[in-house]
Amino acid sequence: MADSAGAPRPSSSVKLVLLGEAAVGKSSLVLRFVNNDFQENKEPTIGAAFLTQKCNLPERTIKFEIWDTAGQERFASLAPMYYRNAQAALVVYDLTKPTSLIKAKHWVAELQRQATPGIVIALVGNKLDLTNDSAGSSGEGEGGGDDANDARKVPTEEAQTYAEQEDLLFFETSAKTGYNVTEVFTAIANAIPETSLKTARGPSGASGVNRSEEQRVNLNGPRDPNAKEGCAC
Amino acid sequence: MAPETPPGRNESSPDPPPPPLPPRRKPSEGSLQVAFTKPIPTTAVSSVDIATLSFPDGTRGTFPTNTMRVVSSPIPGPSGHASPNRGSEDGLTDSMSVMSFAPTMRPPGDLASLVGGELNKKSRAWNMLRSQSATVPPFESVEEYGASDDLAGFEHEFDDIPDLTTEGVTDDQRLALWKSKMKHYMILSSAGKPIYSRHGDLSLVNSYMGIVQTIISFYEGASNPLLGFTAGNARFVIAIEGPLYFVAISRLGESDAQLRAQLDALYMQILSTLTLPTLKNIFVHRPSSDLRKPLEGTESLLSSLADSFSKGSPSALLGALECLRLRKSQRATITNAFLKVRSEKLLYGLIVAGGKLVSVIRPRKHSLHPSDLQLIFNMLFESGNVQAGGGESWIPLCLPAFNNRGYLYMYVSFFDPPSNTTTAEPAPSDPPTNPEEQIAIILISPDKESFYDLQEMRNKVADKLLANGGLALVAAALAASPDRSGRPALAAVAPGSPLSHFLYKSRANVQFCMPSLAPFLEHHAAAAAAPVVRRRLLSLYHRLHASMHAKHAHLRVLHSVGDGAASLAWITPVFELYCVAGPNVSRAAMTQGANKVVQWAKREEERLFIIGGGVF
Ligand SMILES: Nc1nc2c(ncn2[C@@H]2O[C@H](COP(=O)(O)OP(=O)(O)OP(=O)(O)O)[C@@H](O)[C@H]2O)c(=O)[nH]1
Ligand SMILES: [Mg+2]
Repeated sequence: MADSAGAPRPSSSVKLVLLGEAAVGKSSLVLRFVNNDFQENKEPTIGAAFLTQKCNLPERTIKFEIWDTAGQERFASLAPMYYRNAQAALVVYDLTKPTSLIKAKHWVAELQRQATPGIVIALVGNKLDLTNDSAGSSGEGEGGGDDANDARKVPTEEAQTYAEQEDLLFFETSAKTGYNVTEVFTAIANAIPETSLKTARGPSGASGVNRSEEQRVNLNGPRDPNAKEGCAC
Repeated sequence: MAPETPPGRNESSPDPPPPPLPPRRKPSEGSLQVAFTKPIPTTAVSSVDIATLSFPDGTRGTFPTNTMRVVSSPIPGPSGHASPNRGSEDGLTDSMSVMSFAPTMRPPGDLASLVGGELNKKSRAWNMLRSQSATVPPFESVEEYGASDDLAGFEHEFDDIPDLTTEGVTDDQRLALWKSKMKHYMILSSAGKPIYSRHGDLSLVNSYMGIVQTIISFYEGASNPLLGFTAGNARFVIAIEGPLYFVAISRLGESDAQLRAQLDALYMQILSTLTLPTLKNIFVHRPSSDLRKPLEGTESLLSSLADSFSKGSPSALLGALECLRLRKSQRATITNAFLKVRSEKLLYGLIVAGGKLVSVIRPRKHSLHPSDLQLIFNMLFESGNVQAGGGESWIPLCLPAFNNRGYLYMYVSFFDPPSNTTTAEPAPSDPPTNPEEQIAIILISPDKESFYDLQEMRNKVADKLLANGGLALVAAALAASPDRSGRPALAAVAPGSPLSHFLYKSRANVQFCMPSLAPFLEHHAAAAAAPVVRRRLLSLYHRLHASMHAKHAHLRVLHSVGDGAASLAWITPVFELYCVAGPNVSRAAMTQGANKVVQWAKREEERLFIIGGGVF
């Protein structure tokens, strides 16, 4: 999917929408990605927020135009406006809250039904720091110890199996520690089919879905959450 | 902005005209003030201290006692200092003996402060001298001697009450904390379902909600619904809006009318979230519905609104807007640039700096209502919901005074601080700086699909304001004042006057102005926390306002001394003016100061207020 090697990296815009139940951490993921920051007790989003962030890939620059929507039920009817022309969607659930995965599945179904065909969808289980298994509050570690004390309520396998069935990218993240956040956006950027990049604004007639390999939990090991992300510049 | 039309809610309607607004209970000014004695223990105003005044415009002050606080209302406090009447009587006798130490003194003025507390803090003679001086700032006596300090504990008013999960805190402790709050707001459905409480979680508040519901329902059947009552030193005011009960419980001394206006604002916030038809629908089908779900996520909006009332909001008190002071030509530059790039989709456009209006553009037949702007400003500048997001926001909301039946869509973006204005793009990355200094652009449209149109308009406005220096002007206007608020220093308004602070409302423009609060707060910084000092000042303004607006009180001028401060209220068809000075400032000096303020406001009218705005 890589092509031209011109001196200035070709740059294209990608519209990305975040969907998911209230308080799962959508705004926090965006804040981490865009500002490399985190706020405890973030207030609920009202309506939607629009942000942009560039992501440098080896061969090109992707400029994400991000719609961070409000998860509250009463805003649900506005969602089509935001995903209508989106080339990518990040459907977020809170892996300490099983109902939020159910909600996420509803969003995935709605996107598959109504959004631009070929939209790249990533399923993201957030708040990994509240579990014991990996990327804990220290932002390091890996593996999946099923500790009885941890707050995880959604097993990795369950979400991952579902993601594979539905052909979604899948990540577990922590907006708090920054674990895996940049990876989600990079993976999306890589998964956007070249054809839909050419016509950045309009819904390209869609085409073969060009999925990347990165459909598994990314266990890249420790990352320094304070380092400015390679992708965020 | 309602420059041509007096403040009211029904005059403007969108196109095509919406159904008429349903009747809403107007804040019935002081309807019950006569029936209920006021609960406030402090007596900022006592008949002894009030005098008739003649003003240059021919108005005269009177002092009808029925508007005054009833001194015999329950007074807490161990010392009895809560009643300055008694205090000054004591003071008189006491001062006689003090006088012998200081034979050169003038006759005693307000000596309540002298008897208020520990005299031996400083020498009596020194105190004596000090208390006589016209340079004693307001409230010093209250702060130094603790006399009648009804604000004890106010600095903890907004602290959270630990919830059930907090270890080491018993239910009794939580309840005690809850009871220590000076202000409560509760919203419940007529079926008794709790909807909102400013303090305490449901486990704590549920039973109280039940009691409140029982009491209100008991009266509701009668032709004479319960509007308010006093218990101890707390005033309860109740507002019933269809299926919703609103209750304010205050020990801060507001009048019933003032509390009712606050409850009305909370109701407007709920309508702004849901619209009236939706709200009705929810309860038509199931009177026992739980409104918390549809309102989820707006608690912080209700709380920031409630807290702005508890902290004391001049804007809410006066029902008026504050504008950023700018030269007429400067404002015109900004407004013209704004108008020139107007999108077809635009209904209202606003530029706001530090919570103050810089420029408005609007269709000729629609004006903006202060109560709607209050909701917008609260959302953008007081609650964290929008600012914290960074970037741009697209927010559906109902502006109930404009039309309570449907949603409008609001585009919001914060401008880069002009110091690094290299790009006209919205700054998604900078975390919000001090809200007092932020410059925001707000574009409102009835079309929910118009985000990209308005975004384009915003970028054009930004380019233009960058090119013509408009943005820099705004930043400079903010920076010019002592606290970067854009408000003038008092010394610049009324040089040489002994006034400490004032509020001036232009009645025709439904706008107000005031000098910077910073010097006032700094002066007291050693004695009390800034929020307490601020509240003390605002409480005084509330009392003055209540006296002037009490039913049947056709007061034009009111001068009063007490509570450690002297104050003056002056109302004409053109303006309302409220001034505060130290307790020993003479009436004549205050009058002079007030006149200076009025002259200044007249001279600067076109800088202080937006007259008309940009109309299209
Ligand atoms: N421990 C932990 N808390 C998180 C994480 N991400 C978000 N939070 C917290 O979860 C709460 C909700 O986060 P938001 O980012 O506002 O959630 P949201 O999905 O944007 O919510 P809405 O805007 O209402 O839809 C906040 O208090 C965050 O601080 C995380 O990775 N770990
Ligand atoms: Mg959010």
